[in-house]
Amino acid sequence: MRFKTATSPHILRETGVGQVMRRVLYAMAPGVAALAWFFGWGVLVNLAIATGVALAAETSMLAARGKPLAVHLGDFSAVVTAWLLAVALPSLAPWWLTVLGVSFAIVVAKHLYGGLGYNPFNPAMIGYVVLLISFPREMSAWPIPHGVGQAHALGLPETLEIVFGGAGRLVPDGLTGATPLDVLRTQLGLGLTVTEIRNSPVFGIVSGSGWEWAALGFLAGGLWLVQTRAADWRIPAGMLGGLATIATVFHLIDPQRYAPPWFHLWSGAAIFGAFFIATDPVTASTTPRGRLIYGAGIGVLVYVIRAFGGYPDGVAFAVLLMNIAAPTIDLYTQPRVFGARRG
Amino acid sequence: MSALFPFHGGLKTVRHKSESNRRPILAGPLPHQLTVPLRQHIGATAKPLVQVGDRVLKGQMIGQADGYISAAVHAPTSGVVTAVESRPVPHPSGLPDLCVAIETDGEERWIERQAVDYRRLHASEVRAVLRNAGVVGLGGAGFPSAVKLNPGGHDGPLDTLILNGAECEPWITCDDRLMRERAAGIVAGLHVMVHLLEPREVLIGIEDDKPEAVAAMVAACAGTGYQVRVAPTRYPSGSVKQLIQLLTGKETPVDGLPVDVGVQCFNVATAYTVHRAIDFGEPVLSRIVTVTGQVAQPGNVEVLLGTPFSALIELCGGYREGVERLIMGGPMMGFALHGDDVPVTKATNCILAAGAGELTPEQPAMPCIRCGACVEVCPAKLLPQQLYWHAHAKEFDKAQDYHLFSCIECGCCSAVCPSHIPLVHFYRYAKNEIWAQEKEKQKAELARQRHQARLERLEREQKEREAKLRQKTPPRPAPAVDAGQLPIETAVARAKPGRVAVSMDEPQPSVAVKADGPERGG
Repeated sequence: MRFKTATSPHILRETGVGQVMRRVLYAMAPGVAALAWFFGWGVLVNLAIATGVALAAETSMLAARGKPLAVHLGDFSAVVTAWLLAVALPSLAPWWLTVLGVSFAIVVAKHLYGGLGYNPFNPAMIGYVVLLISFPREMSAWPIPHGVGQAHALGLPETLEIVFGGAGRLVPDGLTGATPLDVLRTQLGLGLTVTEIRNSPVFGIVSGSGWEWAALGFLAGGLWLVQTRAADWRIPAGMLGGLATIATVFHLIDPQRYAPPWFHLWSGAAIFGAFFIATDPVTASTTPRGRLIYGAGIGVLVYVIRAFGGYPDGVAFAVLLMNIAAPTIDLYTQPRVFGARRG
Repeated sequence: MSALFPFHGGLKTVRHKSESNRRPILAGPLPHQLTVPLRQHIGATAKPLVQVGDRVLKGQMIGQADGYISAAVHAPTSGVVTAVESRPVPHPSGLPDLCVAIETDGEERWIERQAVDYRRLHASEVRAVLRNAGVVGLGGAGFPSAVKLNPGGHDGPLDTLILNGAECEPWITCDDRLMRERAAGIVAGLHVMVHLLEPREVLIGIEDDKPEAVAAMVAACAGTGYQVRVAPTRYPSGSVKQLIQLLTGKETPVDGLPVDVGVQCFNVATAYTVHRAIDFGEPVLSRIVTVTGQVAQPGNVEVLLGTPFSALIELCGGYREGVERLIMGGPMMGFALHGDDVPVTKATNCILAAGAGELTPEQPAMPCIRCGACVEVCPAKLLPQQLYWHAHAKEFDKAQDYHLFSCIECGCCSAVCPSHIPLVHFYRYAKNEIWAQEKEKQKAELARQRHQARLERLEREQKEREAKLRQKTPPRPAPAVDAGQLPIETAVARAKPGRVAVSMDEPQPSVAVKADGPERGG
């Protein structure tokens, strides 16, 4: 009898890249649900547009590069990129903003850099930063969260009208408002103290109203990701640890100028970034110790940008900056090989 | 039980031990023809001692150990030698190797067997007996045991002698059955090893999925001071360095051997063959092979070396439907064979006829996403994703910077890779490339040294001739003086008196510098 040969090992775990990516999508569900509850249909509309655009862009790029479509579309990596970016976009962003950001992420940041596994920068964050720099006004179209002030919930038709309304139809006044980090930043600039600012209705129990529930949702999903090992615990631990440490130091120095660490941990994209964005393995550090350092670097940079930089939040910039540093971190954090001399 | 020192990484794999470990060890067939490879061990191929047409007795040496790292090979039964030639053997390379083919006579006529009392012999004599009996490691590697039983190889007394009964690979149960059925024989062999190595302690490591084997070994060790240590089931606990770490907490150095940390490790089946060789005068003629997977009656068989796989499969009821791969060894480290026409060797611990149920469906390899799942499971604490990156890009020196040669090829990384990249395959490829390059380099270096030496010799001879020439310039040199020298060169030298004078005026000829100059270091 003749048999086929193959190299060992002959038994493999069946979990594939596709499963890992799908797990990321499932893990985003609770946070996305909370966002949709507080910020309306726009969150889901963004997700739908982004998914469609990402699949179209991925398909055409794969075809152009002569890659097998079924295998690579089945890895769901494009959808993950789309969702990461869509969640970061304001829920009443015009449709073309999403299209532009996702296309740039997939075409330029992912495929022109070599495709899955080869891109040095987190594609979703590249897309986000391109939009943030090019369209600052559209990028701040966050509605006032449900339950704050006289925010009124938009129905699906109204939302679609705003999103697809074309350039002429801007979001009605009074519908959108500054995010909590925005408020903190502007009012600190006006000389108010953290305690005074915290009395504003945009703030909830720990951080921003509505926002804090979304963060809770993402934390739940993120912990599940870590538990299923789809994400390495070291990156979120490093990032949240780094952010908390530097925030604590400054808060202790001057509690009226610097918000407390729990506010920072619970605000903006900190939790979402720690569990979903920074954990993108392709662009992160890959050694165990390196991942802690990589995460911590992001945490510190996020704080520096928030407290001293030109933007209210800094997760995207912090992640991209640490992406550049990842290969160097890897080089200097190689684990001690079994049997090698200690020290 | 005493404390264990868990090793990094590893995997909980499927077990599939119960398919083959329920039946007692079966006696193997006596095929009409045996094909006995002359290299069933690590080291030099044994020198054939027989010719076509020779009658051989069971146990007669047919191949002599060739050098220190080599092992003898014996006729597994009586019969007539029909060929001494290259035949297919079970080896990952798929290349044929020198074998002795024996047509069996069915009479099983033995050589004269002589038991020895190892306590009365000098250690070197005991080792010689084992060497001549062809005793090698039966865990799969086949390293000549006599070499490892020489305490002169390391400084100071040995701390620990470990007997490896972990059998961590899925499907394989030959050591399990051996320990259950022949524990006393294993311990008897262990006594010989202890006598030779004089270790401070003796530990027997067995995974906890073999309670019957543990019980048998504990009973057999009663009163000896040998300790049975039960380890949790975790692949690859049976790998030498991992087992040593697990039982003693000692890390074998990257470029060292277990003796460097005062430990020596043998397989339980090896101990059993030591017992047969010393107490019965029987060389290694057979071994226990697990035949499992898609065969009608899986089990363990005590097989004569040289028996074709096909005869074993037949004994176990033949193949069932849908065998896709025939694997020698376990599914983690074993290799797939093209066919079952190869003979059982000392390294054949298992024949796994794997069907769709045993194998994972093949999936296309995706790009590495650097998830680090491989890092978590690597028992050598390597960065498999970086090794892959560099091996894939053929950056072999970088791969070595990432300690390619610490890879034990256990397969854990490939098994967990979500991108289904055949990682170990890339490491083997990189290692082979590096070895090939090393060989090329050595060859080139040798050629360069020879060329250099020749140039130096020519130059030296030239100088000597020139010196003689100058001494003898007034009277014309008689041709007889230069006999033995090349007449043409002498003539050329003579024809160039000007050049000779110039070079002789130089304070120091370059020859002396070159003699132990830079090429030595190069």
